Amino acid sequence: MSNLTKVLSKMRWLQPVVGAVALILIWAFANFAELVDPVLLPSPLQSWNAFVEGMTEGTLGHDFYRTIFRTMLSFIIATIIAVPCGVALGSSDKLYRSVEFLIDFFRSTPASAMFPLFLVFFGIGEEAKIAVAAFGAALIILFNTAYGVMNARQLRQLAARVMGASKMRILWDVTIWESLPQTFIGLRSGVSMALVIVIVAEMFIGSSDGLGKRIIDAQMIFNMPEMYASIFAAGALGYVMNLLFTLIEGRFVHWGGK
Amino acid sequence: MNLPHRVPPLDEGNPVTASATLSADTVTPTEPAGDLSDRLRWFAPGTHITIRGLTKTFADGTVLYKDFDLDLPRGKVVSIFGPNGCGKSTLINMISGIMDYDAGQILFDGKTARETKIGYVFQNYREAGFPWLRAIDNIRYPLKFLKLSKAEQDARIEKLLASFNVSIDLNRFPYELSGGQQQLVSIMRALVIEPEVLFLDEPFSALDYEMTLFLRDKLQSVLTDMEITTLLVSHDLDEAVELADEVLLLTRKPTSVAARIPFDAPRPRNAETTVTPEFIDVKTRSLEIFQREVRKP
Repeated sequence: MSNLTKVLSKMRWLQPVVGAVALILIWAFANFAELVDPVLLPSPLQSWNAFVEGMTEGTLGHDFYRTIFRTMLSFIIATIIAVPCGVALGSSDKLYRSVEFLIDFFRSTPASAMFPLFLVFFGIGEEAKIAVAAFGAALIILFNTAYGVMNARQLRQLAARVMGASKMRILWDVTIWESLPQTFIGLRSGVSMALVIVIVAEMFIGSSDGLGKRIIDAQMIFNMPEMYASIFAAGALGYVMNLLFTLIEGRFVHWGGK
Repeated sequence: MNLPHRVPPLDEGNPVTASATLSADTVTPTEPAGDLSDRLRWFAPGTHITIRGLTKTFADGTVLYKDFDLDLPRGKVVSIFGPNGCGKSTLINMISGIMDYDAGQILFDGKTARETKIGYVFQNYREAGFPWLRAIDNIRYPLKFLKLSKAEQDARIEKLLASFNVSIDLNRFPYELSGGQQQLVSIMRALVIEPEVLFLDEPFSALDYEMTLFLRDKLQSVLTDMEITTLLVSHDLDEAVELADEVLLLTRKPTSVAARIPFDAPRPRNAETTVTPEFIDVKTRSLEIFQREVRKP
């Protein structure tokens, strides 16, 4: 009995992957026992092979890169616009109150509902996809940044004020730093939102490449291993982006939550 | 500063409800004079801060201060003590310029708070320090508002660190330090500019007793050297008396001065000071006045 406990405690490092391994096993079993039509559910190995093949020989790598490029570009545009605007909004009560409704309204509007509008304005090229993704991400970043600035703790601003700091100095030296943890939450959600919108846009608004386009193409011709491979690629992309942001956040906002 | 100065007249001629001068012994508040000329009275030599006709009403209509007058001496430590909710912190926040007041005038040698070098130590050191700056940069931060060269700044820091003679790693971030160390950093941040006035708002109340004793000693020796006009809000009467040159007792709101009790024991003061007859006398009188004020309806 004690031996078993020892072995188990040695295998603790395995814990984080237990869920994933279980899912793959269930998948393999469902495929093996033909619980689901094998056309719809290929084996994990088949899907993995499709992924590796697509990345090395096929065009999955290219589509992957295109989606990353679009997501990052729209995210960067959104950040450049939304962070300064958010700081301005957050530091002026009057300004915030006058546009609060607008922000809330558009934040509640599904970005996909805006596709046609952006198509009309930007055409069916690259611009529409990037613009609509930037729009969706910008709203999230804007509102989080403004929130961070508004809810900055007053004591630190008072401390700076009593030292003789001007209003601009307080904003620059204290308030913006205070708002960073919240701003980063906005940036992290913003990049996820940009990815979601880019994938959907690639599916439905005339794209020649990208993971969204690849998934929908695979679905149309029932190339299921290919489809699972692409879905996996999109998932991995989202996961890695989030992970990367958490890392950057940890370094940049090291005092967060302390 | 040997000649007495005249306080400029105020716009309104409201009666004086609380008036306090720098007399040697306990002063009970004078009766309302109802006379404008009383406002124009001279104040004693050695006065640093003059408060005239200070009025503060909260949003809910509660009158906290009404026509409050007070003179505070230069280079002395004044401890403010009074019943809960009488506005001790509010008073030093208004004097230091971080809280607005409805009417009245507060001047430091004729200057406004904005024109005066002010050091302020908050009770809540966790929320008052800048966690994105290392401890040393926290201490250095207020120097950027004085027009000093890099070399002069460094010299200031060196001097300050030498006078405190502490052995904490100032290259750490505040959240990596203990509570007492963080408050020590706050105190050094307040003193690095060599302030004309230092405000301490219950600076030790969130610390353990050992740290409190240590910081009190440090602070006392530095203040004695630097002769900074200091206002201390404390809820601990022993601490208030031990650190003070004068104990300022306040009434319940609407707040006025209940009494001012000088305490002249030699410095440095320590635990032994607290068993001397003078200390016990000052503490007893303070406590009597405090209890009298607390019991008032």
